[in-house]
Amino acid sequence: MVVRKEFDIGLEQLQQMLVEMGNHVERALAESMEALATLDVERARAIVKEDPKLNQIEEKIADLGAKLIATQQPVAKDLRRILIAFKISSDLERMGDLSVDIAKVVLRLEGQTLVKPLLDLPRMSDMVRVMIQESIRSYIDENVDLAYKMAKDDDQVDALYSQILRELFSLMAENPKTVGQAMYLCFVGRYIERIADHATNIGENVVYLVIGKRPDLNQ
Amino acid sequence: MSTVATRAAFYTKDLSVYYGEKQAVKKIGMEFPDREVVALIGPSGCGKSTFLRSLNRMNDLIPGARIEGEVWINDQNICDPRTDVVQLRQQIGMVWQRPNPFHKSIYENIAFGARYHGIKDKKALDAIVEQALRKTALWDEVKDRLNQSALALSGGQQQRLCIARSVAVRPSILLMDEPASALDPVSTAKIEELIAELKKEYTIVIVTHNMHQAARVSDRTAFFFLGDLVEYDDTRTIFTNPSRKSTDDYISGRFG
Repeated sequence: MVVRKEFDIGLEQLQQMLVEMGNHVERALAESMEALATLDVERARAIVKEDPKLNQIEEKIADLGAKLIATQQPVAKDLRRILIAFKISSDLERMGDLSVDIAKVVLRLEGQTLVKPLLDLPRMSDMVRVMIQESIRSYIDENVDLAYKMAKDDDQVDALYSQILRELFSLMAENPKTVGQAMYLCFVGRYIERIADHATNIGENVVYLVIGKRPDLNQ
Repeated sequence: MSTVATRAAFYTKDLSVYYGEKQAVKKIGMEFPDREVVALIGPSGCGKSTFLRSLNRMNDLIPGARIEGEVWINDQNICDPRTDVVQLRQQIGMVWQRPNPFHKSIYENIAFGARYHGIKDKKALDAIVEQALRKTALWDEVKDRLNQSALALSGGQQQRLCIARSVAVRPSILLMDEPASALDPVSTAKIEELIAELKKEYTIVIVTHNMHQAARVSDRTAFFFLGDLVEYDDTRTIFTNPSRKSTDDYISGRFG
């Protein structure tokens, strides 16, 4: 007789919570970028307020994972599934924090108008939102090819980030009055770039889940 | 399938075992590294115990059992009918699932084998008994009652006594068929600790149904299924990243 029902239910719950975290993070990034484009302070505050929910799910994943290890003594792929749930939830939690950091930039820019219309930052954020979706999709489908593709997406994000920095540095050099705001926009670029790195980490964990070896996709 | 180890204490080549027409073990080639613990795992009826018993010709005692292939120990194929099985079983000890001490004193249980192999001197026998009991961490528990019946010991102590009885005749290999499955958790832990200690001197092959015991005590693990050796690798690899899906499914409790 094979008794795994409760274990399988637990593994399913872990996956559902990770997907929920992924959706939350993607939404938080999208909304914080919209709040930035319009310098909508109220919206930014709402994003900051939502963040503890993400932390709560991360804690639930840690508790459930610990319980499954203690009660089910998982091995092989089951064990890897739980180990990556810890790591992916930690990445997603950081991605949530970085989205909140973007919202906090909006709060610091309260009362100002943008020194330039935002074009490349929203483009970068759109690319990264696709990466977040891909990371979760690769996790659900255990799709190693998609996980590897994210490494290439990440290179494009990095290239765009460098371009954004160059433009903002030029702007600051031309007009020193823009330095304060432009610095914050550099930070935003940095936050988005870090979110992409965390999404790539998720891809690495998917590869580890499927083949049992750890690639380095963040090089 | 066979895996080559660096320092083989012994190895099998195309080893098959039949019960009448039925082939219980199918052409197994395995190397057993010197002074390492190899765990044999697999569902009931997969051939692992039959394979274990064929390593010191215990299957000879089962009517209708027939061995084909080779088991090589010290340049000798023990499947050769000319093999002296008494001498063979001195060299390869066996520990069974249920402790089976003789209906004799603790002392006599240990001294029996040595006497059988020709040691008569009392002092020499005393030394062998003490050494065997020390090796199995029983000495302190029984040294004041060596002349009491072995049957008065607890199940866990009896099992350690049986292991002491095996090591008293100075084997180089110990075969264990689910040695802790009839014991409580504390006695089980003592047996596992003992296995870790004994592997400094002996090559050990253990059959176990307890997956986590295999993971804890062995250096290498072999997964048997329907008489075939499906996968044989480092224990760590088997329990973290086995190559075969059927191995993963079995150790994860998806079948068996």
